[in-house]
Formats: sequence, structure tokens, C-alpha cells
Amino acid sequence: MGLLSDPNRRRALISMLTRLNAPICVVCYFAGVAWFMGLAFEPFTLRTYMSENAMGSTMVEERFPAGERALATGREFAAHKKKVGGMPVDWLVKNMQDRGLEVFTQSFSRTLPFPDENKERYIVKGTNVYGILRAPRAPRTEALVLSAPCSPGDSNNQAVGLLLGLAQYFRNQIYWAKDIIFLVNEHDLIGMQAWLEGYHHTNTTGMSWSPLQGRGGSIQAALSLELSSDVITSLDLVLEGLNGQLPNLDLANLFYAFCQKIGVLCTIQGKLQRNDWDSVSGYSHAVQTMMLMVMKQASGRPWGDHGLFLRYHIEAATIKGVNSFRQYKTDATTIGRLLEGMYRKLNNLLERLHQSYFFYLMPSLSHFVSIGYYMPAFGLLAVILLLRALDLWVQLNTPPSTTEDGVADIDQVRHTPGVLSVLTPLVISHLTGVALYALPIRFQETAVEHFPVSETEAVVLTAIAIYTAGLALPHNTHRYYIMCVCGTEQGWRVLKLIAVLYLAVLLGCTALINFSLGFILALTLVPLAAFVTPHVPKVLSAFILVILSPACTLLFSVFFFQELQEMPVSFQDGWLLYLSVISQGILDHSLYGSLVYPLIALLVYPCWLLFWNILFWK
Amino acid sequence: MAAPLTLLLIVAVTIRAALFRSSLAELIAERVEVVSPITAWKRVVEGLALLDLGVSPYSGDVFHETPLIIYMFHFLVDYAEITFMVSLNKNIILKHFVVEFRKQKFALEADRYPMDSLELIRSPKEMYYIPLKVAMFYLLNPFTILSCVAKSTCGLNNAVLALFFLSTIKGNVLLSAIFLCLATYQSIYPITLCAPAMLYFMQRQYIPVNFRRVSFWWFIVQYLFMYLGSLFVLICLSFFLLGSWDYLPSVYGFILSVPDLTPNIGLFWYFFAEMFEHFRLFFLCVFQINVFFYTIPLSIKLKEHPVFLMFMQLAVISIFKSYPTVGDVALYLAFLPVWSHLHRFLRNIFLVSCVLLACSVLFPVLWHLWIYAGSANSNFYYAITLLFNVAQILLVSDYFYAFLRREHHLTNGLYLKRKDGSEATLILK
Repeated sequence: MGLLSDPNRRRALISMLTRLNAPICVVCYFAGVAWFMGLAFEPFTLRTYMSENAMGSTMVEERFPAGERALATGREFAAHKKKVGGMPVDWLVKNMQDRGLEVFTQSFSRTLPFPDENKERYIVKGTNVYGILRAPRAPRTEALVLSAPCSPGDSNNQAVGLLLGLAQYFRNQIYWAKDIIFLVNEHDLIGMQAWLEGYHHTNTTGMSWSPLQGRGGSIQAALSLELSSDVITSLDLVLEGLNGQLPNLDLANLFYAFCQKIGVLCTIQGKLQRNDWDSVSGYSHAVQTMMLMVMKQASGRPWGDHGLFLRYHIEAATIKGVNSFRQYKTDATTIGRLLEGMYRKLNNLLERLHQSYFFYLMPSLSHFVSIGYYMPAFGLLAVILLLRALDLWVQLNTPPSTTEDGVADIDQVRHTPGVLSVLTPLVISHLTGVALYALPIRFQETAVEHFPVSETEAVVLTAIAIYTAGLALPHNTHRYYIMCVCGTEQGWRVLKLIAVLYLAVLLGCTALINFSLGFILALTLVPLAAFVTPHVPKVLSAFILVILSPACTLLFSVFFFQELQEMPVSFQDGWLLYLSVISQGILDHSLYGSLVYPLIALLVYPCWLLFWNILFWK
Repeated sequence: MAAPLTLLLIVAVTIRAALFRSSLAELIAERVEVVSPITAWKRVVEGLALLDLGVSPYSGDVFHETPLIIYMFHFLVDYAEITFMVSLNKNIILKHFVVEFRKQKFALEADRYPMDSLELIRSPKEMYYIPLKVAMFYLLNPFTILSCVAKSTCGLNNAVLALFFLSTIKGNVLLSAIFLCLATYQSIYPITLCAPAMLYFMQRQYIPVNFRRVSFWWFIVQYLFMYLGSLFVLICLSFFLLGSWDYLPSVYGFILSVPDLTPNIGLFWYFFAEMFEHFRLFFLCVFQINVFFYTIPLSIKLKEHPVFLMFMQLAVISIFKSYPTVGDVALYLAFLPVWSHLHRFLRNIFLVSCVLLACSVLFPVLWHLWIYAGSANSNFYYAITLLFNVAQILLVSDYFYAFLRREHHLTNGLYLKRKDGSEATLILK
């Protein structure tokens, strides 16, 4: 209470904070970045450990024998797939029934708001087939899911084969206490979305699907399998789900533990784990792995078919078989044993996975950084905003001749800027945001009629056009300021105070839901929020402001991501990739309800416009 | 004055009407910050259905409003939206009057204090806009809007309280007692407002607050008689309407013993969810005494300033009550413009308003993370609840300090000198 009530100490503290504001901010920024980079350094991270008692201490044996047969089934599936030219529903139903499952199908259809050029689809019709293995040992109130996508072309046939093989093997075991649902979903995430919505009786995205005829209990965990070759060299674990949500860390631990036990090479973000953490290359390897996770999480996309399960409180991950040029190969039987082991452990669960962390970053599969360790990095950046806000507040409240602590001179004239001068930029920038959010999809037909572009290009280019048009904003609004003659100095300060606090709250909330997105936005937006005033050199600052705007951040992120994946692209390709990323972002929002696009369009972009507005304040 | 107020009313009603019609209304009505188990409209509807079926609405564990409310809605259910609108808007106009009467008091103050304190006394011009500001603070406060759109019965409670303030300030003893009793009947806690009301009347009627005077005791007996009499009438009326005493445990027992631990913005739920059962009664007493206890020291300190005391009491109630909602918070926040003359003495207002703002945004975010995403847990949400309440307490104590400081400056002059002539500062320890 001393600090809050003792005016002398308060005054000393505040004067120190205002005097040293700029240096403190710079120090905080670099400290935040350094802290973040330090997270990948192995001594600063924790080793993963199994927290869930039911999965940790119990022993299971893996005996799955029928890898070759599973591959044969996979080939048969491929043949039927080719013959039908899509999902061989009848064949799958018959096969699952032969294996003693209760089999059901679900058909769904969905028209995309505009054609998806990456996957070449517009009107999507498909069928999901799933078989339920009823638990012989328990009252069937809980379930586990194993899914494999039925993808076009030659990929993932082995995954379906292995799924059927496991179904046959699991059917003959007596220890299952949870229903096991074997799901083959068509059109990857769209099919998964239809199935999950059908299973949980919700409809969040206006998709049409036929109701499910059969259900298991409440789903506790799910794995999605992607396997495109008969032998693999390593297994890759994909965790990032919709809106950057991650499954409980115990699921990753379980995977890692079994890979260790069975002796399969396992990777995360396609990166093997290295033991030389004390060398520069080892550290940069860990940084790369972590940055890849950060970039993927920040995108808010589901990076595998598991991504949509997380929305329903179901811990889920995708396991991808990778076949590279390494010597050491693993066959289907071993992968089958690994999955058997994981399902038997999951079968032992007494309650939902909740013991371990939900908020984490992984610099390698055996190490993780929990929320308590990475939040300070963000906190150091957010503190800058609060310090700037405090500084502005003090400037606003203490004209030169007053003492702090409230006792002011009589002749102090308060220049309170009109509400209008602050409200107009706020309203206009938000309206621009709403336009950016709503117009691209609405206007695609008009744009296609008048310009020689495809629908997808029309949407993306309209979005970019609106975004750029927003930059013309200050010229449109400063006519209004003339109405309010009182202290414009105070005016921009008030506006900046509001904008800075707005940004702080916005970034804070974003970082809580999706740390990576919040952190990346903070990295770019915080410095510009800290330095922008109407008195800095206009052209240079405008350039910096544009460079640090959300759209440019996205552009850099695209190049950076490609660089991290060791697939650098030329500027031309990068630009095309950038356009497709924007269209994917908009599609993700309308198909699966990803929040990144509305967040950027409705909140972050208007906030950035406010700073743009301050720079051109007259 | 009338024109801006009408404009304000129109804007406020439009916002509410638009929200009532939008799909957001349903979402808002589910938010735990906006509705409590007592005030939720869903539960009132459930109670009405039971009543229509001829079953006592209190037979289940759903309905906890008072019998009068349910009988009122029995007749008004089709016009529920309008009722809420009216109650809110009435509320405002009332507040508006409340403030009108504050003016007189300030006019009286003007010639009592040393000359250099004069700048501390509000000029009539400043006072002119205060009612409008109060109305704006209440009508356009997002908290009130949410609470109204959710059709929380909290709006009605606020209206009753506002009527109580109006009648008290107007000096109508009987009406004041009746409205206070109605408010108490609704949610027990307003009983602590008895003290400021009596102090105000005594000040108005020049009765000295002296325990040895007969007139003092006589007035207290009078007021309590009116208050308890009308309470008795209300309780009996409820009994005759329902034909049973079921409602007493179901309403007041529910408020006092806090069996429903649905998370809300208050302090109770987390503690009582974590607590061992055999400590429950003890901590229940501790927590509930919190609300009532502050009446005594505050009344002693602020016996000359009953209106400020009322504000303090209101804030204390809305912080420490068992099922607080944002509607309760909005009620006392609406009074802040009345104390705009204290602004120069406030010390932590920036910090506090930042925290309050951030917390209000973080509530739904953390709720989402806890309930929907499943990745956070109740500790995250409770941390924010705690922060929100700490900020509220800081806000209220800041106003309290500012008030005392202003009083000090009014009597001792604005520029304090030490004995050696240097400038002195006041330190609160």
C-alpha cells in the first residue's frame, strides 16, 4: 500500500518512468526478444515427462503382427479407389463389416464461398465411412478415434490399409474398455468437420450433412494417420490445431515414449532431435524447430486432420509417416505395434487427459517450454505499451506548472479534446476493418465480371485493395478535425493513449488464446506503437509503419516460413504463395471457423490504422 | 438539458432494441458475468412455467427470485422486453433527479469554507451537466446494456434502488423506507443502506447524531418502524400469494448460504468450491459479514456525508455480495460523475481503469479457454475475478481517500504549509 498512498515515492517512481521511458522501452523490447530466443536453449527448457498416472505406470505389450496384410488391404483399397474415382464406399463398408465392426456412413456436401485453388475444389460432396468397435469390458460411455483420410491420388492408401488391419486385430482383443471408432474421412478437413458436427449435433459453419446413425461414447482422444509408403524412415508428430490450439502434452509424451520403446525415429516439425545442444548448430536447430511451431501455431490453421477435434475438447494429433533417403527403414508392422501400444495406453485412461500442459512450445520432441516460461517474453513486450500509456497519461495530466498528486494551479486551463476528434478515427478505422472483413467475398462476382481474374484472385485482390485503400484514411478524416479547434496536441495524445491501451488489451487476449500469433504481432506492432507521434519524419515513419503493418508481417512470415522449412522461394513464387495464404486464411475462416482472419481484419488492422492516423495528425 | 437527455434515451433504447433482436441476445443471456442464478431470465421463465402448472416455483432448485417478481412477470411476461427497457430508463431519469438535488447541497457549502478552497467547490455551470453525465454513464455503460439485453432482473433491483435514492434525497421518509424495504426484500444486502438513509434524514431535519438525545432515538424508531412494517407487509403478501413459506429458504437461504457455485465475477465461488465442507459455515459467516461490517466504520467516518456513504455502501455491496453481476457494478459506476470534483485528488484512477478494462475483456477470453477450449482452467478465470475485485476495491478506496482529502483541504486550505514554510504533502498511512 505504501507505493499506492505515499505521494513522494509515487512521484519519484513516476518521474523516473517518464524520464527513462525510451531507454526502458528499448531494453524491454530486446529483453523480450532475447528471452524468446533463449527458450530454445536446452538448459532453459524442461524435459517432457508423462504426467498422467494411468498412462505412465501401466505396462502394455504390443503384438500386432499383420503389417503385410494391412499393406495388401491398402493396395486393394487403392485399386477400388481408382475404379470408383473417389471414395470406394461400398468396398469400405463391406470390409469393415467383415472385420466385425458396426459400420455407418455419413454423406455431406458443402459449397465453398469461392474456389479453393490449392486443392482445386469448389462444390464438395463426399461420404465418411466409420466403423465402431464396441468395448467388451466397459459400459461404452467413452470412445477413441483412429482416422485416416481418403485423399485423391495415390497418397494415404497405406494408412487406410493399416487402419483396417488394426481394426481386425483390435476386434479380437478383449481388453478394450472404450469404443474404438475407425473413421475414413473424405475431403480431409471438410469431411472431418462434417463428421464431428454430426457426432456432436452442432452446426457451426452452415454445412449440410446427413445425421449419424451410430455413435460411441464421448470421445477421449483421437489420432489421425497419414501414411503414403510401404516402409517409412521416421514418424512426424503434428500437434497444431485450429486457432493454434494444442492437445494435451501427454499425448505427445505418449507418442515419444512409444517411439523410444519400439525404436522408431520420430520427429516434430520434420526435425529430428539432436543431442549437441551446446553447439551453435544444435541451438539453431532447436530454434528452427521452435520457430516452425510458432509459425504454424500463429497461422491458426489445422495442420492435420486432427485439428478440428480440439474444438470439442478431444485431445488429438496427426501422425505422419515420412519416407526419406535414410538407411534405416520401419515397416508397417512396427507402425501398427506403435499405434496398438498408444491405443492400449489411451484405453487405460480413467479421465480425460488433463494432467499435463496445454500451453507449450516444443524446441524438440523431448523438451518443452511451458506457459510460465514463455509468457514473460510476451510480458516484456506488453510492458512497453503500458509504459508508453503511463507516459502519455502523465503528459496529458500535468501541464508544466502543476505539481503531481493532484494539487493544481487555479489558472490551469484544461484543453480537453472533443470527443468527436477521437471518436471519428476510431469509428472510421473500424468501419474500414468491417469492410475488409465483409466485402471481399461479397464482391467477388462483381469483380469477376469487370476484371479478368478468377474468383479466388478476385477475393484476395479485393482484400488487398481495401487494405491499401485504408491507408488513405487520414486524408479523409482530417477535415473533421477542423471542427474541433481545441488543442490538437492533446488530441493526438488522447488518441494514442486509447490506441496503445487498445493494442495492449488486444495483444494480451490474442497471446492468451494463441501465444504465437500474439507474440508475432507484438514483435511488429509494439515498436511502431511506441514511437509513432505526429512529430517524427513523415516519409520515413510512414515507410516503417507500412513495413510493420499486419499485411507485411504476413508477407515476411511466408518467406521466413519457407526459409525455416529449408525450401526458400524466389520473390515471384513467394508473392503467389502470399496470395494463396490470404485466400486460405479467408477459406479457413468460413469453412472451419478459424479466427485469425476476423481478428486481423476487425481488430488488429483498425488498431494499426489508428497509429497511421496519429502519424498524419494535423 | 431535456434535448440531449432525450437524444441519449433514444440512442440507448435503439442500442438495446437492436441487441434484443440480434442473435447476440441469446449469447449474452448465457454469460455468467451478466446473469447470476438469482437474476437469470431463463430461471424466471422456468419459475413462471411451474407457477402456471400449479406447482410451487420454489419446489425445484432453479428459481430463486422473490414471489413479487414472479407475480409481476406473470402478468407482464409478454412485455418482458419493454418492462426491462422501462425499468432501465426510469432508473436513469431517477438518477437524474438525484443529482439535481445534490446541487443544493453544494450551494450551501460555498460560504462555509476558507477562501482559497473555493476552487474546490463546484461552480453551478459544472454541476449543470452532471445529471446528463450520470445518465450517460448508466445508459451507455456496456455493463448495463449487457445486463438489460440479458433481461437480468438485476435491472429491476437497480430501478428500486434508484427510486430509493430519489425519495431519500427528496426527503420523503415514508417512500424512502418503502423502497429500501423493497430493495431489501429483493436481495437482503441493501439493508445496510438504512444507515446512510437515516443519517441523511437526520441531517435534513437538523436532528443531531447524539446517542443521548431522545429526538435521535425517536427518529430511528420511526424510520425502523416504517421500514420493518413495510417489510412485514411484503413478506406476508408473498406468503398469501404463494400460500407457503417455501420462498424464504429458497430466496434468502440461497443468497446467504451460497449453494450455487457457478463461476461469476464475485469472490465466493472459487473459495467455496475448494473448501473443506466442515469449514464452510465459518467462512460463510466471514464472507457475509464482510458486506455488512463496513457499514459501522463508514457510518462513523462519513456521518456528515450520507450521500457519499450511500455510494460507498453500494460499491461495497456490489463487490462483496454473494452473486454479483456486472449490472450491480454498473449501478455504482454510474454515480462516479457525481464525484467528479474529487478527480484531482484521485491517485490510481489510470491504473484502476486500465485494470478494470482489461479484466472485462479477459473475462470472456478466459472463460472460452476454460470451458470451450479446455486448455486453461478455473484458476485462470478466478485470477481475473480476483484482479477485477481488487481493482474495484482500489477504485472505491481511492474515491474514499479523495473525499477525505478534499474535506481536509476544505477546512485547512488548499495549500498546506509546514511550520518552516515549505510545502507540505499529505500522507495516508
